[in-house]
Amino acid sequence: MTRSAIIGGIFAALCVGGAAAAFAIAWRPAIAAIDPPKPQSFDASLVKRGRELAAIGNCGDCHTVRGARNFAGGLPVPTPFGTVYSSNITPDPETGIGRWSEAAFRRAMRSGVGRDGGHLYPTFPYDHFTNVSDEDDSALYAFLMTREPVRAPARENQLAFPLDYRVLVAGWKLLFLHPGSYRPDSTKSAEWNRGAYLVEGLAHCGACHTPRNALGAERASASFAGGDVDNWQAYPINAQSPSPVPWDAEALFSYLRDGWHPDHGTARGPMAQVVSNLSSVPSSDVRAIAVYMADVLGTPTPDRKRQGEAALAQAKSGAAPAPQADAVGASIYAAACASCHEGGRPPPYGGINLGLSTAIASPDPRNLANIVLSGVRPVEGERSPIMPGFADSMSDTQIAALLNFLRTRFGNQAPWSGVDKTVEDARRTQTVFLQTSAGPRNAPADASQRDKP
Amino acid sequence: MMTLKINGLTHQVDADPDTPLLYVLRDDLKLNAAKFGCGLGQCGSCTVIVDGKAVLSCVTPLLLLEGKQVTTLEGLGTISEPAPIQRAFMEEQAAQCGYCIAGMMMRAQALLQKNSKPTDEEIRTELQQNLCRCGTHMRILRAVRRAARLMDTAELSPGNQGSVP
Repeated sequence: MTRSAIIGGIFAALCVGGAAAAFAIAWRPAIAAIDPPKPQSFDASLVKRGRELAAIGNCGDCHTVRGARNFAGGLPVPTPFGTVYSSNITPDPETGIGRWSEAAFRRAMRSGVGRDGGHLYPTFPYDHFTNVSDEDDSALYAFLMTREPVRAPARENQLAFPLDYRVLVAGWKLLFLHPGSYRPDSTKSAEWNRGAYLVEGLAHCGACHTPRNALGAERASASFAGGDVDNWQAYPINAQSPSPVPWDAEALFSYLRDGWHPDHGTARGPMAQVVSNLSSVPSSDVRAIAVYMADVLGTPTPDRKRQGEAALAQAKSGAAPAPQADAVGASIYAAACASCHEGGRPPPYGGINLGLSTAIASPDPRNLANIVLSGVRPVEGERSPIMPGFADSMSDTQIAALLNFLRTRFGNQAPWSGVDKTVEDARRTQTVFLQTSAGPRNAPADASQRDKP
Repeated sequence: MMTLKINGLTHQVDADPDTPLLYVLRDDLKLNAAKFGCGLGQCGSCTVIVDGKAVLSCVTPLLLLEGKQVTTLEGLGTISEPAPIQRAFMEEQAAQCGYCIAGMMMRAQALLQKNSKPTDEEIRTELQQNLCRCGTHMRILRAVRRAARLMDTAELSPGNQGSVP
């Protein structure tokens, strides 16, 4: 045997072995199709529990597109790798999940594999859903299988080669999918553990609030250090939180439940959808999330606490530092903003004092640009906060002047750079977001009002 | 002194750059169609058109209007010659107390200028910002649909004043 033949033999063996290993890693069997189960076959209380869990998991917001039917999919989700469209999760037998057994559904949640054995893109946050219990998966399955079936074929994803090959997702999972990663912590309270289970699992808070690496996975070392979603900044919600007043469990609960807090303002952008959902689930679950997240945010340092108290005192007294900023921005603020934001009416119907605004205190001006352009939409049929958008009355330059003024006057921070570009981008992207996102359907300013006539 | 172009005329007004447009329209120029409702940009009764777009004049300072064309309801038509949008609102009797109607007409006008055949959904979405406390919404919707037809007919045969089915 010649030397080259030996090398060739080893190479061939490696290739075969490698291919076999890759096959073993990537290949998943199809799970047999079933006849769609009858809605009556599910227990009503299980369906109700599933409805609450689906709200905590925010399923409807990605799987619904504005103006279309609930859970029928089709929402374009922009990613650095291309656009992925959400799928139809109604029980339609041909285009939805009507032929999925509960085992197939659980496998999708646990390991991101479709019924046919194909790998699902991690836009579907199974890196979190892998932590959802069997019991909760059953309830979610019961809820989804009892929705009205909608015929809505999947839209073709727009991903660059080679990412359009789903088999590559198997490699991603090897690196970033850690089944069973969530473990209860016996040193903490039951409420804390419940919150951790929800936050790290179904509620998938980190999917937006944790920054991602070059491969699009959450950076484990930077948990909750702030991320991006739909061209909004998802604020850091750990010790790096930029909110002028530090959060505590009580404030988090009221914000997540009601959609606003007097010291922090109103949830908007993608977060408006989240609090809209959380207004309809058991308050004990929202409280558990608040307790866990308060721990993630940590006890504020004495310095930070003092700054928070100073911001609150200043907001109450109305005394603001003398403006030494942009004259155009100051005039716009006086006529367009101050009537609400210095009007003396308490939030949420009056605007928050801008000295308490996280959008202005954040190093990233995007959220402020978005909000000035688009405002806060009132929620149909509910008492809710409202702010007009100024996209049609202000040019990019004028909005940039306003933003720079607000940062100097209220931000107590170094000026932003590149605000003109931010506003220009925000004007382009917000138009798309507002057209496609289903938006909050039902977010009362005060959830306790919901059951009242 | 600020220079404003309103309904095709140029006005010099003695006002600060941060004065809301609505105040100047009503107090200085006596153009009283746009109404003061909430003064917070939340009700829409002050809506006017600026360069083709519906804008809330109570939260629009004069300095934002440099070089722009403002149109108020007075600029669309007169009592003797109402514009299609005004005719449509009258023919559908869309006003109850009428306080919101000027704003409704201006936002509807802006919509019809960029989209001559809006769907009901588009009309509702667009007018969502304008509040009517009397509850004439169904008539307002009919009026906007009628206005769309009137404008369409007017375009096909200029000067046609015939009734619209």
